[in-house]
Amino acid sequence: MQIYLPIAEVSVNAFLLLGLGGIVGILSGMFGVGGGFLMTPLLFFIGIPPAVAVATEANQIVASSFSGVLAHLKRKTVDLRMGGVLLVGGLIGAALGVQLFNALKAIGQVDLLVKLSYVLFLGIIGSLMFVESLRALMKSRGGSVPKRRKHTWVHNLPFKMKFRTSGLYISVIPPILVGVLVGILAAIMGVGGGFIMVPAMIYLLGMPTKVVVGTSLFQIIFVTAFTTLLHATTNFTVDMGLAVLLLIGGVIGAQIGARIGVKLKAEQLRVLLAIMVLAVCGKLGLDLLIMPAELYELGAAGGH
Amino acid sequence: MLRLLTVLSFLLLSALPVRAEEVVAGLSQNRVSITATFVGSEILIFGAVKRDSPPPEDNPLEVVVVVEGPSAPITVRKKDKRFGIWVNTEAMELAAAPSFYAVASSAPLEQSVSTLDDLRHLISVERSIKISENPFNIDDPREFVDALIRIRQKSGLYKLLESSVTLQKDTLFETRVALPANLTEGEYRTRILLTRGGEVTSEYETVINVQKVGLERWIFNLAHEKPLIYGLLSLVIAIAAGWGASAAFRMILRN
Repeated sequence: MQIYLPIAEVSVNAFLLLGLGGIVGILSGMFGVGGGFLMTPLLFFIGIPPAVAVATEANQIVASSFSGVLAHLKRKTVDLRMGGVLLVGGLIGAALGVQLFNALKAIGQVDLLVKLSYVLFLGIIGSLMFVESLRALMKSRGGSVPKRRKHTWVHNLPFKMKFRTSGLYISVIPPILVGVLVGILAAIMGVGGGFIMVPAMIYLLGMPTKVVVGTSLFQIIFVTAFTTLLHATTNFTVDMGLAVLLLIGGVIGAQIGARIGVKLKAEQLRVLLAIMVLAVCGKLGLDLLIMPAELYELGAAGGH
Repeated sequence: MLRLLTVLSFLLLSALPVRAEEVVAGLSQNRVSITATFVGSEILIFGAVKRDSPPPEDNPLEVVVVVEGPSAPITVRKKDKRFGIWVNTEAMELAAAPSFYAVASSAPLEQSVSTLDDLRHLISVERSIKISENPFNIDDPREFVDALIRIRQKSGLYKLLESSVTLQKDTLFETRVALPANLTEGEYRTRILLTRGGEVTSEYETVINVQKVGLERWIFNLAHEKPLIYGLLSLVIAIAAGWGASAAFRMILRN
């Protein structure tokens, strides 16, 4: 069934959108990432204009994370205080990111920015996570419990705050910086930023894995909601119809994913996530290196 | 006075090409509504040649149909290899390019319309693309225009439908022009031209109105006129739909 999207101004198959939403939703529920880093490139592939894909994806992430957060709140696996601190950074980052997005859009380099950001972040995070989680997997097979809490430079910074749910007493500077970075990425890449935030929370802040997923979803909801509003008011690129179709599939997928996620071990989850992150990174990297079939592209006029 | 008028009208008539043949045409529809399930539309363009005298023998009659969507300025960007990766380097702004352009003819276009009449009546797609400034910074502006045409042809927005107009007994003609799903709203200028020996002898013009209707119209207007309310509404709808879907899913699981 073909459906015409009013803002994207293209006609696509409704079941394709529901299916994409569902698959990405399962992954989102399993790993606690928004799934945007997969969905946004997939939307490019089916012919949605990049600006619309990025903005609409932000809208969809809000909704798909919403049911996830509810599930985590019920299980008391959300550190609300940490989420709040991350959120402050996230809002600042999102505002900066939309500015950057619009500036680069005017000179025709926004696609490059988006793709390079993907390759860079996914590459680094993916390989780090892959190596770490493989090591952890080996150790847990060997029977020894890995030592998680180490005293690093993070613990020597000022403005310390107590995060009871996570059992941490650390400075607010690192979480705010993580929040800013995630906010920028939300705005320019159309991602929730979970793939940055989850590892940062585990490895940098030293939060227990149990509360990481819920807390990151909590922050993602507000940052992506803010991003949606910024894109809607400055670019007019949020497609309501597209968002609703993606998220109906996405929400159901997320529920299935959350149940699968509970059954798997944290280390196994991380290996799987790492492999996927690297796969997406590889595909995007190849696209930049291989000579494109069409050397020209069309863009809306206005500004050089 | 009367004599003067006669002389004047004689002069006028002789200045114009001989109007021995005139085109009378119609469309299967002159309004296209873009709804949620819009998958494109096919317009049947048909008509007849009206004659006061027997047709001239020398050159065969040809029919050319041009459907042109609303024009807008556009930027064409070129990729080049820099530091090992393919990035946009050169850009050229075109003052106006039609969002849709279809040329259908009863014979190959070059045979139907001479270069001079193509220029005079702006028939082939190249003529409808306007380059405003003289682009000094670009080596070959032609290349950019060609790229625009190539890309739009690939996505079905620009079409050259040669020999697709069927002409019966030099009098009745018809053709079909498919409008793709990714249409821009606006007035689609539709022209039907009769040619003989590459020269345009008669022209008929009408308009197809392409409009978003119903929910599509409402969403589009809201997004552009009240973006903040639209943004908030998108969030509320998204969250409600998300919540609804998860509640429904849980109900299904329980049963």
